[in-house]
Amino acid sequence: MEPTNLIINLNEIYFAYPAMEPILKNFNLKLYKGQRLGVTGQNGSGKTTIFHIIMGLLKASSGDMEFFGKLIHEEKDFQEIRQKIGLLFQDSDDQLFSPTVLEDVAFGPLNLGKSKKEAIDISKKTLKRLGLQGFEDRITYKLSGGEKRLVSLATVLAMKPDVLLLDEPTTGLDDKTKESLIQLLGDLDQSYIIISHDFNFLSRTTSSISLMEKGQLFMDKDFHIHQHYHSHRHGTYPHKHN
Amino acid sequence: MINEAFATSNSVIHRLDPRLKIIYAIFFSILVALCNRFEALFFGLTVTVCLILLARLDKKIVFKRLLMVNGLIFFFWLFVPLTFDGEPIFMLGPFSFSRPGVLLACRFTLKTNTIIMLLIAFMSSMPVYTLGHAMGMLKIHPKLIFLFLMTYRYIFIIQQEYRRLARSAKIRGFNPSTNIHTYKTYAYIIGMLFIRASERAERVHNAMLCRGFKGRFYSLNEYFSTPLDWSISFILFITLTGIIILEWSQLI
Repeated sequence: MEPTNLIINLNEIYFAYPAMEPILKNFNLKLYKGQRLGVTGQNGSGKTTIFHIIMGLLKASSGDMEFFGKLIHEEKDFQEIRQKIGLLFQDSDDQLFSPTVLEDVAFGPLNLGKSKKEAIDISKKTLKRLGLQGFEDRITYKLSGGEKRLVSLATVLAMKPDVLLLDEPTTGLDDKTKESLIQLLGDLDQSYIIISHDFNFLSRTTSSISLMEKGQLFMDKDFHIHQHYHSHRHGTYPHKHN
Repeated sequence: MINEAFATSNSVIHRLDPRLKIIYAIFFSILVALCNRFEALFFGLTVTVCLILLARLDKKIVFKRLLMVNGLIFFFWLFVPLTFDGEPIFMLGPFSFSRPGVLLACRFTLKTNTIIMLLIAFMSSMPVYTLGHAMGMLKIHPKLIFLFLMTYRYIFIIQQEYRRLARSAKIRGFNPSTNIHTYKTYAYIIGMLFIRASERAERVHNAMLCRGFKGRFYSLNEYFSTPLDWSISFILFITLTGIIILEWSQLI
């Protein structure tokens, strides 16, 4: 691919939480325009940490970070980056802090300097796109888990980011909501990175899956072979698998 | 935990500009708290009862709330008339009920009920977030409003976390009693709540930064003063003046 299409380029990143072994060591990550990357790995392997470093919420102790072909160092630079990269948090209750759905979705656009009218307009359109019309005046903390996740996604999409970072978007979702999330992601034109333990979900939403291990990301496809436990309503009746 | 039983309706009171309601709720309650003459107090009470009726609130819930407050006042009635010095109204065995004590208790009851009803009519007749935004437009410091709205938003989450912790203690056979183990367990639960709350605060702040938060809140609500606001405002102004005249003039 053309180097200009390189959206995120993390080079030799090193990061450790206080009084702990380094969680990222010589960490490299490249995301190209249009790429849809899945990341999996054990709990505590540093997947969420990557996202927080990209957003500038955590500061790497060494390494280069390049976004959209520009080297980024300071908090001020990150403020600009945050408008272009949208992060969906693991816990929707962290993300939704405004009293009503409309206010929460409009929070981002307003911070980007949009007028009230524009912000409301964008928010309503985004909600509609996610099948959430009529949710505008709902109280955020009274939403169900699935609704909270979709509204959180709306708050991120309303900022019209170029890239999405989704941190375990399927946790706590039932099959139906998961299915509509897969549909939605398929319809998006943004590049994205998804962290998930759900292989089935990753295989349907991303083009490549990487494994996070020992502070590094492995694009190796070998680990794809895995055991698959499942259950279905055929119960004990004999049946075939395709 | 907080159910906004009176927040949404379409009565005259609900349609008023929230800023107006806040301002009048403040002045009206201060005035009532300062009054001593029964003429003024009864007049104030009548007006607030009218306001409650105008707001068309669920009378059962209003009554329940008043009952709660008056439960406290009941204790006041038990002690003040008995312990206050002054000429006795009547004697009941060894107990003498003093006249100034009874009058004081009367005043206290009137004032409390008036102010509570006033707050029910004016402050509970809007959603909490509207109250926050309206305070913002009244130039109350943004940090205070921020605290107010965030507390409101996250108090439910804190309650949920508390329940989760308490449940987890319960299913492992925790049975509160008066011993060091119980105190220790509660201390752990409360400590854990604080830690979780502070960690959540950090995550929420991060989420806000990710969405371009630069320390300023924008409100989507706009309030306009309508002719209704002006007329109600005028009536309230006359009322307040009436209370002042009843209380401080020498004419009556």
